Amino acid sequence: MKSAVLVFPGINRDRDMARALRLIAGREPAMVWHADRALPPGTDLVVIPGGFSYGDYLRCGAIAARAPIMDAVRAFTVKGGLVLAVCNGFQIACEAGLLPGVLMRNAQLRFICRDVYLRVERSDTPFTRGYNAGQVIRVPVAHGEGNYIADGETIARLEGEGRVLFRYSSPDGMIDPDWNHNGAMNAIAGIINARGNVLGMMPHPENHIEPVMGRTDGRGLFAGLVDHFQRAA
Amino acid sequence: MKARVTVTLKSDILDPQGKAIEGALRSLGVRGVASVRQGKVFDIEIEGADRAGAEAALKTAAEKLLANTVIENYRVEVTG
Repeated sequence: MKSAVLVFPGINRDRDMARALRLIAGREPAMVWHADRALPPGTDLVVIPGGFSYGDYLRCGAIAARAPIMDAVRAFTVKGGLVLAVCNGFQIACEAGLLPGVLMRNAQLRFICRDVYLRVERSDTPFTRGYNAGQVIRVPVAHGEGNYIADGETIARLEGEGRVLFRYSSPDGMIDPDWNHNGAMNAIAGIINARGNVLGMMPHPENHIEPVMGRTDGRGLFAGLVDHFQRAA
Repeated sequence: MKARVTVTLKSDILDPQGKAIEGALRSLGVRGVASVRQGKVFDIEIEGADRAGAEAALKTAAEKLLANTVIENYRVEVTG
């Protein structure tokens, strides 16, 4: 799996992401600067990592979404290329129009930095094939604006088409407002686009991949992607 | 020419920041505040004197960057 990690000013999770890709895919990802206009030839996966691109000026992800490299990312998705957008990356993907909806200020107005439980809704996507449907994983979140909202029609379409891949849940997989840390509509933590090749999620699977981190629940996402490309080859 | 673009949240979008400000105003004893909605103001200087052209450019700016039209409305004023 040849991956490319986008780097914008103010992004700070790019190296965590590169480390996860290196450890699980066994291959060094290309680090691609925001001002570049092309992705490396043969890229299989583009990752938009987390952080605080442009200091969250204007709106989270708004400036990064208009960076020169994003035209190449858009063209890559049109050709069916896979994009994993995490945290600020999810915000950037929404601002760029790759995914519907908006990540608003957390309902409690507080920055949340802790582990959360996610219920994996489907296992039949390249992003979630490393998990079982209904499985609960524990991964960290670190965000102030992760409260997913969209208009009623968009939410109905996301739900109807099975495009919610991760929801905030209790440790035993119940969807409950007490476990929906940021107030996201329908406890949405991660969604895919209509074509199924762009995943945006607020939590950080790349931060739970080694025993030294305490847990390895995030590995399944990367291992599933590697498996997806091995089978396709 | 001077111009102003005002960006506000659409009325059906919850505004937790506005709510927090509303609460703070109440606790300061400011009377008569029914509700608060927070928005953004962009003061922009436009080159030249083409008013219609300026309005068109600012509309483009608002649509493409200043506002996220999924959740926000905007208003453009060229003030002269």
